[in-house]
Amino acid sequence: MKFAIQVNEGPYQHQATDSAYQFTKAALEAGHEVMRVFFYHDGVNNGTKLTTPPQDDRNIVNRWTELAKKYDLDMVVCVAAAQRRGIVDEGEMQRNGKDAENIADNFRISGLGQLIEAGIQSERLVVFGD
Amino acid sequence: MSEQIKKFMYLNRRAPYGTIYAWESLEVVLIGAAFDQDVSLAFLDDGVYQLVKGQDTAEVDMKNFSPTYQALGDYDVTKLFVEKESLEERGLTLDDLMPLTYEDEDDDWAEKDSIKVVSRAELADIMEEQDVMFSF
Repeated sequence: MKFAIQVNEGPYQHQATDSAYQFTKAALEAGHEVMRVFFYHDGVNNGTKLTTPPQDDRNIVNRWTELAKKYDLDMVVCVAAAQRRGIVDEGEMQRNGKDAENIADNFRISGLGQLIEAGIQSERLVVFGD
Repeated sequence: MSEQIKKFMYLNRRAPYGTIYAWESLEVVLIGAAFDQDVSLAFLDDGVYQLVKGQDTAEVDMKNFSPTYQALGDYDVTKLFVEKESLEERGLTLDDLMPLTYEDEDDDWAEKDSIKVVSRAELADIMEEQDVMFSF
């Protein structure tokens, strides 16, 4: 099965992001394809490398990055949602005159067209949200 | 643009203000319109409030994005299903909603209503036909 995943909620605030991660990991381990994980709404906060959770808790951001490295996962943060919430990569930093970037490894910022395309090209789009 | 056409449904379940879901859902609809898919929108639960006419957000310092729904027809987004029970549960009728129309190119550009009130059971059947469901 060729899946696409949409994550609509922020890390730690809402279990949707944990469920999305567990589902994605399980699908990949079972040999399915996950062609894209798209982060929308507060879900874009899954992509900040400035996260520092307590040491005895899961590190949601690093967990995504490790999964992406292992499976060459395409993780896309919506640019419009990211601009509102301060998720910034090198290009956005320069374009919007900011003095910092905070995008975590293996995440990339792109447009909503990537979500629509994921809906078209996947066999199942699975939405995790409230 | 795309090699295949799928049935896309956007499910709008929340009030227009209070959370950003409704506004960011509309942003997806507008971008998605460029992909030439078979698009419909459904409004249910508090989502029916998104279409109420006469919205005034001045006092809460929020952008009133309700005029954007009136542009959907120009984007060829012409199927807006509103759940009858959700309207009734909130004391609303079709007359409380914005009149949303489109020009039907297959019918000499006749102006037609975009909003169609359907029952919960009918909406379930329409959902069953979809290929992709976005839930907001």
